[in-house]
Amino acid sequence: MANSTTAKTKAVEPAQPASMMSIIAPAVGWLIPGAGHLIQRRWIRGLLLLVSIGTLFVLGLLMQGHIYKANGGDILDILGFIGDLGAGGMYIATLALNGGQGAIAFAIADYGTKFMIVAGLLNFIAVADAYHIAIGKKQ
Amino acid sequence: MTIQLTHFSAAFVFALFASIVFGITHRETSRDMIRYGLYCFVMFLGGILVAGWVMWLVRR
Repeated sequence: MANSTTAKTKAVEPAQPASMMSIIAPAVGWLIPGAGHLIQRRWIRGLLLLVSIGTLFVLGLLMQGHIYKANGGDILDILGFIGDLGAGGMYIATLALNGGQGAIAFAIADYGTKFMIVAGLLNFIAVADAYHIAIGKKQ
Repeated sequence: MTIQLTHFSAAFVFALFASIVFGITHRETSRDMIRYGLYCFVMFLGGILVAGWVMWLVRR
């Protein structure tokens, strides 16, 4: 019985040694989009990510988009907050400067709101990519 | 300071930057990144144009 149970359990793969970079790169990449790639000497990729995500977020602000704060209310507001949070340092700076207070009263402002949410979500993907580079799963 | 983008220019900018990030993060080699980025960009813009025409037809 014990043997059959043991046989059914999956063989545990040896854990990758957690390097310092695998912690620092995602953290820095979250704070500053593309920085996780830049500190791993992926210069072009890092710069492209910084410009792409940064421009989307700034355009969202300039379009008078609304930025979501931590809340426990409507599910869409919570999801909006999670998306915005992905932008890391830009989100924190915007909150600190009291930006992103636009009311979603017209279409362009609504687009701006979506731009900022998508910028945050894209940064989550960039952070995961930086982590994969750090652990050697991707070049 | 505020900017007013048209619907199409907003969609174009969105497609451009989202495609760049998708290309970089979803492929391994530089060549594949460029190809996938272009593919995403065309799909984004193509989808927008098709959806726009479908809505125009539905409205009539």
